[in-house]
Amino acid sequence: MAATAASSSSPSLIDTLFQRSLDDVIRVLRSSSSAALEAAAIARALDEIRREIRSPDLDTKAVALQKLTYLASLHHFDMSWAAFHALELLPSTSLPHPRAAYLAASVSFHPSSTDLLPLATHQLRKHLAPSPSNSPALAAPALHLLALASSPDLAGHLAPDLLPILSSQSSSNPLRPKAVATALRALAVCPDTAPVLFKPLVECLSLSSDPRAVSAAIGAFCELALAASDPSPYIPLAPEFYRLLVDSRNNWVTIKVLKIFARLAPLEPRVAARIVDPVCQLLRRSTAKSLVFECIRTVFSSLLDHDAAVRLAVDKTKEFVASDDDPNLRYLGLQALTMLGPAHSWAVEDSREVVIQSLNDTDTSIRREALRLEMGMLSDSNVVDICNMLIKYAIKSDPEFANEILDAVLATCGRNVYELIVDFDWYVSLLGEMVRNPHFAKGDEIERQLVDVGLRVRDARPELIRVARNLLIDPALLGNPFLCRVLSAAAWVSGEYVEFSRNPLELVEALLQPRTNLLPPFVRAVYVQAVFKILAYSFISFIKQIQAGELLEIGNSFIQRGGKQEGSDLVAAKSSSDQNNAFAIGDGVATDDKAILFDSIEKQETFKHESISCLLNLIETVVGPLSECGEVEVQERARNVLGLILIIRETQFWNIEEGHELTRDDKITKMVELMESAFSEELGPVSTNAQKRVSVPEALILNENLSDLLDILGDDDINPCASVSFSFRNHHSTETNQDSATAIEPNSFLAEHRKRHGLYYLHMDKDKSESNDYPCANEPLLPVSHGEDTEDIVKLPAQSLIPEKAKPTKPRPLVIRLDEGDGVSSSNLTTAKESKGDLLSGAIRDVLLRNEKKPSLTHKTSLDRTSQRRENGASENSELISQQKESNSFGDREHGNSSSRKGRHHHKERIESSGQNRDNEEKSHRHSTKSSRHHRRHKHRQRGDAPLDIAPQSPVIQDFLL
Amino acid sequence: MIRAVIVMNTQGKPRLLKFYEFQPPEKQQELTRSVFAGQGALLSGRPDNVSNFVEADAIFGPVIFSSLLFVSFVAEITKKKKQEEFKEGTRLVYKHLATLYFVFVFDSCENELAMLDLIQVLVETLDRCFKNVCELDIVFNFNKMHTILDEIIFGGQVLETSSERVLKAVEEISRLEKSSSSVSFVPKSVSGRFGR
Repeated sequence: MAATAASSSSPSLIDTLFQRSLDDVIRVLRSSSSAALEAAAIARALDEIRREIRSPDLDTKAVALQKLTYLASLHHFDMSWAAFHALELLPSTSLPHPRAAYLAASVSFHPSSTDLLPLATHQLRKHLAPSPSNSPALAAPALHLLALASSPDLAGHLAPDLLPILSSQSSSNPLRPKAVATALRALAVCPDTAPVLFKPLVECLSLSSDPRAVSAAIGAFCELALAASDPSPYIPLAPEFYRLLVDSRNNWVTIKVLKIFARLAPLEPRVAARIVDPVCQLLRRSTAKSLVFECIRTVFSSLLDHDAAVRLAVDKTKEFVASDDDPNLRYLGLQALTMLGPAHSWAVEDSREVVIQSLNDTDTSIRREALRLEMGMLSDSNVVDICNMLIKYAIKSDPEFANEILDAVLATCGRNVYELIVDFDWYVSLLGEMVRNPHFAKGDEIERQLVDVGLRVRDARPELIRVARNLLIDPALLGNPFLCRVLSAAAWVSGEYVEFSRNPLELVEALLQPRTNLLPPFVRAVYVQAVFKILAYSFISFIKQIQAGELLEIGNSFIQRGGKQEGSDLVAAKSSSDQNNAFAIGDGVATDDKAILFDSIEKQETFKHESISCLLNLIETVVGPLSECGEVEVQERARNVLGLILIIRETQFWNIEEGHELTRDDKITKMVELMESAFSEELGPVSTNAQKRVSVPEALILNENLSDLLDILGDDDINPCASVSFSFRNHHSTETNQDSATAIEPNSFLAEHRKRHGLYYLHMDKDKSESNDYPCANEPLLPVSHGEDTEDIVKLPAQSLIPEKAKPTKPRPLVIRLDEGDGVSSSNLTTAKESKGDLLSGAIRDVLLRNEKKPSLTHKTSLDRTSQRRENGASENSELISQQKESNSFGDREHGNSSSRKGRHHHKERIESSGQNRDNEEKSHRHSTKSSRHHRRHKHRQRGDAPLDIAPQSPVIQDFLL
Repeated sequence: MIRAVIVMNTQGKPRLLKFYEFQPPEKQQELTRSVFAGQGALLSGRPDNVSNFVEADAIFGPVIFSSLLFVSFVAEITKKKKQEEFKEGTRLVYKHLATLYFVFVFDSCENELAMLDLIQVLVETLDRCFKNVCELDIVFNFNKMHTILDEIIFGGQVLETSSERVLKAVEEISRLEKSSSSVSFVPKSVSGRFGR
């Protein structure tokens, strides 16, 4: 201790002599009993290391670096500060020094953290160079460092140095597979290396190579093909892969080949047809489970058209799924079945029991996989059974998995605007049932769906209000914080669709029950607003009831059609008060509904004087105190309700007796009209794209002012417009109602506003073709004509081929879908292929095309050959073709031509059509010597910086595959 | 490719970490921790006799090929989230032996059962190398562990699956290391002095 304390300023002889080794440090760390002691020990070790690593003695430096590497790797300390010291050790002739340096560098170096590696370019090159003095013990870590940490520039510089190792012919060069793996990474970081590295990689695939090199190379191609967004450039290599598939006895290699084919087969049906047989043979004969599983996966992902293969694979999968003793096989079996999808649900049928049992497995991975499988199998014919089963199941399972089940069911059923759901009554009651789960924690999603179904599916509303009633009326639910969002949605539903309720008074009682004070204020506000709506509705119904009674008395001859008479009267009254014709149609629809309801109310005779006044008293007593509530939202709404009650009381409605001349009571009639107009309009879903349809006025230049914003934000990735989120779908009371006092003829106001500021309104005629006209909550002036357009709107069930079950099914009710973007899950929005990975694919395509001239790989189609002969002498044929390929890729790039290159003979025409390319070609005619080719290739590489945007060409497939 | 190899003990202490895509130290710590006791209690919460696979998408994020290295692309790709097909499929396979977890993290380019076999290869090699391997061997042979692992997995690619050949290569390297430095590599070790 004394020695270390004294030596803190300068390294003393004692310290360099008695340097602690890595083992010493580890021992100290292990013996420190507490975290604090350990931290102190590490701090001390780091202090020592900082001093030792500057030592001129390489041994001391190396040991210090080792210790640092250990601490960095296992105790997560930053060691980028020591990067230079690591490089200092590289040239040492003592083998352990550079090896320690390489290990340190491979742990900590990366272009994003240190830019020192280029300093070592020369040293790396030296270690890679094949010479007797260089043992693999040095070259291997050099390769590894290059693989893990090289920047694009460095990879580009050192790629040629990989060549001697890659193409070494000695059968057991241990470096060759390592060089292959390094070349793969070099290709990934620097696609420009493709012209240099790709050919040797292909050569590694040949039979004569070291089996380990073959294995590494096929791994590399697997990586490349699976990562490419468009793997078509690898199709020309299919014969090589096929040979490996048939001949290779190494399961590792076969697995990789299968993975490649799984990616290629969808692109080229001939490939698929060709590999079916070998795959089936492997399926039958192989004893290695890994290989069998890979075959299954290949069949399920890419060979689904081949029935025999699918059947065989399904059989094997069943064995997997049924293996009781090996959970790994069960897990993978379930995973394989999930790949099949609803089109092959027959395959799952046989294993159904096992699958359902798996939901109860002790292993969470297996349970999840089983759940995913069930979800994947859902179709509109089995959704009811499976979901019922799962929801019942969720009640019994542990909290976490129960919510996973609920999540999965909600997500799958809600997908793409409920495309799977035919019977919405069932679905709505299922939503209600989910809430009863003791572990329920998915309030937000249920809230969203309850409201969303209400808005979109008119036919589901009666059931919806029944479910809402059951939720609201249960006092036990009110204390559960997970449920308040659901209750909020239920309250909103009960207010908005009160006309479907059997007993509105009961709803009010539920909404005002004492335990509601447990709810958070924002839900409370929704509750009060719902009371407001129900009250208004009840009063209107009551008045109308009496009016209808009078009508009945007056018009004796219309006894049977009293209600309807009333209805049409109302329509007439409306259209006279409303100037806007279009709106009258919409209102007519609403009135029709009301008329139907009216009948039902007549039957029930709910609204008596006593009940209404009882209702008023109840509301007054409960809501009264809320008008003093500290929460403004609640307070405001409470006051609205109390205001309405005041107005109703002023009308002295309780004096109204049958036979009273009610129709002539202007005040009441006016009030009823007013309240009706406040709530008669239906709310509808708003398209997420609604904003896009608003055309920007000519004079308004949106981007000009926002461009400053871009400077401020600095990052060009951020689009200021996109970051603003509009909450289109805030269904709660704020949007729902206008206060009755302010709602005087809202439509005429709107009409006037529209006239004055028409610029900002949506076009009325433009959207006719789209099926978004109903019910237009926020675009009330659009023509409403949902009756005719149902055909567009109703989404036909996609899988009409699935045999219907025997039980009678209702026709699917109309579900409102606004437009393409509406409700479509983001996974469906994946855009078309982009030019990202195509940088590499493009480079490789170029190389492969050049490779065509290689006799081992090339079987030129006769068409190509003749066209080439026409152009060139046969002797310099191959040389020239490569030239043309290059110049051709220039042409494509420079002209930004993205249309597909159909075949080789097309290139000619394209080349001749551009002056510059003709120039290139002439050059190539003049000197077709090797040197010039190299020169040009180099040029080509430099130009390659610009992103390639070569569209996939139809690949040239050898006769071999035909 | 294999994205990471993690060996940790049953208390969650890392014993060997190798990330084949660069991760800064803090990130390494976070990943190791969440592999051990991440959401849903990854390894620590799994009983014996269950499958050896765990989905690791949530922990390791989307697979973006080796172009993770290609920094300029990364921002663009993650922004577009277009790699749906590759995103699915970061898997984790582990084996629980004595006091250690051996964990391999890999993407869709590898076969799950083959990875399980590969863990077996690694363990077998260690066993041969250290004669009945135990946690202590791994703790005190940091460099050798890396040497062994680098012979089996190289830059995320599986290179060697025969423990015999791995062993041979490793022995050759240590022989070379010994002969290369005439003086023993750590001559000044005074284990006793500070070790107490």
